[in-house]
Amino acid sequence: MSEISRSSTRLDGYVDRYAARTQGMTASEIRALFAVASRPEVVSLAGGMPNISGLPLDVVGSAVGDLIAANGPVALQYGSGQGDPTLREQITDVMRLEGIEGHPDDVVVTVGSQQAVDLVTRIFCDPGDVVICEAPSYVGALGVFKAFQCEVVHAEMDAEGLVPDALRQAIVATRAAGKTIKFLYTIPNFHNPAGVTLTPARRQEVLAICREHDILVLEDNPYGLLGFDAEPMRALRADEAEGVIYLGSFSKTFSPGMRVGWALAPHAVREKLVLAQESATLCPPAFSQMAVSAYLTTHDWQGQIKQMREMYRERRDAMIEALDDFMPAACTWNNPHGGFFVWVGLPPGIDAKAMLPRAVTARVAYVPGTAFFADGYGSSYMRLSFCYPTPERIREGVRRLAGVLEQETELRQTFGATGPSHELPRSGYDAPSSDLS
Amino acid sequence: MSPTEATPGAHGGRVVVLAGGLSHERDVSLRSGRRVAEALRGTGQEVEERDVDAALLPSLAADPPACVVPMLHGETGEDGAIREVLELLGLPYVGATPEACRIAFDKPVAKTVAARAGVRTPASFCLPHETFRELGAAAVMESLVATLGLPLMVKPARSGSALGCTVVRDRADLPSAMVNAFAYGPVALLEQFVVGAEVAVTVVDDGEGPRALPLVGIEPDGGVYDYTARYTAGSTQFVVPARLDDEATAECERVALAVHEAFGLRDLSRSDLIVDPDGTVWFLEVNVAPGFTETSTVPLAVQAAGLDLGKVIAGLVHAATTR
Repeated sequence: MSEISRSSTRLDGYVDRYAARTQGMTASEIRALFAVASRPEVVSLAGGMPNISGLPLDVVGSAVGDLIAANGPVALQYGSGQGDPTLREQITDVMRLEGIEGHPDDVVVTVGSQQAVDLVTRIFCDPGDVVICEAPSYVGALGVFKAFQCEVVHAEMDAEGLVPDALRQAIVATRAAGKTIKFLYTIPNFHNPAGVTLTPARRQEVLAICREHDILVLEDNPYGLLGFDAEPMRALRADEAEGVIYLGSFSKTFSPGMRVGWALAPHAVREKLVLAQESATLCPPAFSQMAVSAYLTTHDWQGQIKQMREMYRERRDAMIEALDDFMPAACTWNNPHGGFFVWVGLPPGIDAKAMLPRAVTARVAYVPGTAFFADGYGSSYMRLSFCYPTPERIREGVRRLAGVLEQETELRQTFGATGPSHELPRSGYDAPSSDLS
Repeated sequence: MSPTEATPGAHGGRVVVLAGGLSHERDVSLRSGRRVAEALRGTGQEVEERDVDAALLPSLAADPPACVVPMLHGETGEDGAIREVLELLGLPYVGATPEACRIAFDKPVAKTVAARAGVRTPASFCLPHETFRELGAAAVMESLVATLGLPLMVKPARSGSALGCTVVRDRADLPSAMVNAFAYGPVALLEQFVVGAEVAVTVVDDGEGPRALPLVGIEPDGGVYDYTARYTAGSTQFVVPARLDDEATAECERVALAVHEAFGLRDLSRSDLIVDPDGTVWFLEVNVAPGFTETSTVPLAVQAAGLDLGKVIAGLVHAATTR
């Protein structure tokens, strides 16, 4: 055999240098399929993009123009690590709608509330620490917890939100296993993905359990002002100042492109968050903060939110009506009173993840339930979003989905295949990327 | 002058690179298309990247390009459909004819044609899901396992990038694997699993006859070259030329060239082969629009041959516009 000069490559010269936390950050068939969902032929019930078609762009444009003309040198400069003082004042006004009496000094502005989840996890969690999350939970938060090498323990939800007994059991079992719980992560209003809302009675119970067991609560509330039927619910933070870190966002009530969210934290925690923010980004973007502030000052933002609620309610109604009309009897779903999402339970044996290619072929997309669990569970669920497509498209999407389900059910019956087709779902990376989630 | 040595800007007129589409491989196609377009631009070529949608045909008709490079993976792109349309429009394009694509894209048909050309291919059975329903899936699956043995491969008959493919090692996993394959199409291929070295052979014909480029050995960390192993940089070791002796190397080249010829392919193809421990070469499939992503094997083979990717594609464009 002749001497041959061989080269060997992994096509990634850094592969041996990555941190352990990058394990699982891999290409995924599911994520690849979402690329098709961006095509107009596909009815995407997958994306959770806020529908900003009703925003008064002329008002925003004028406010931004005035901002640059009057305050350009400030808006285009670095700012405070904690965030713009005027905006922090305004944020306390926003939170007052949910019963929170917060002080602007305890507000830290972040790059969307997503960064607030990141900063809180960064300052509290060491590898192996436990975060208790609802089952299911927000995929973006699960991604953060995974990146910081936390262990996620899920606690069951029902139609009234997080089940107190399940929370108690999760705390006791985790501690009995010798593990350290750092906080409970909860989305009490119009949950993503489950669509349910924690009832007032349950809120008190959850707070009591967390007080009793000395568990910090991370209350993530991006959808709280988007209820369809009633005034905003009283936040957990409204009744517990020291044990709750509250996260808010302008992404759903104004513009996700501004990337402005915030954390309201107890004084000592706030100090750490500011330092963490400065080390991560130096400061949140001054321009975006001042633009949001100008919008809040110059526009009837509460009236705008009222319009958004009506738009989302119409879409929710279209989705529920279509589900009633088309979906097989063995499916279950909730009727959310706000937010963007319906959580659909599938007939026994159907695997939402394995079915997605068939759905994409039929020109409809959803997010398989596995994306919302850290433990591989959730294959028999899917998240449907009603926020973005028109009511007519929503109906058409659900009609297509029902056809896909019928075919899949028949196939499963033929093969007697039950349970997930993929043994090791890579939770957290099966969700659409940010432009769709 | 050989087209592969074409000087920058040698080919006049605009080249349209088609990428995207509505197939399950849209994401991969977009990445391949981008890389091909950039490589071509590096030669001085005017390049337009286009998705496939309702605006495409009017645009091509209104301003016909000098040549089209279809970098569409999966159905429409590789089943001959888009090339049929290009024929209809009378536009030159890089790659195989619609007829050849139809043979290559359908794995069972491709295996039959390959076998007739004297190429060894793993034993397989091809069945639509209706057959399982009509005859009873359990009985059919029992027969399949009894004949093919375990492990076996389950694949959609028409798909790429290993989408819907499963290695079944345990009989109990077969139903789920079947459902997985049928999620991508109505017909599944069940194939004997051949243990051995996985090799990709690129065949290029830029006007001087088809020739095989250096073989790329594929050694995925997890042992299976699935979607994740294909498109996650770092998760697969690529060895060029593949770790094979001269005899096996020559046989792989012979098989790839035989397939290229027997299928009536032209310009470019990539054959996926397995070389078992006895040195026997097994043909799995041939791709008429092989990937050009950052983790694809064709660019590695081009590089190993000492060629410039842009010049190679420019050579194929030249061949397409002068035939």
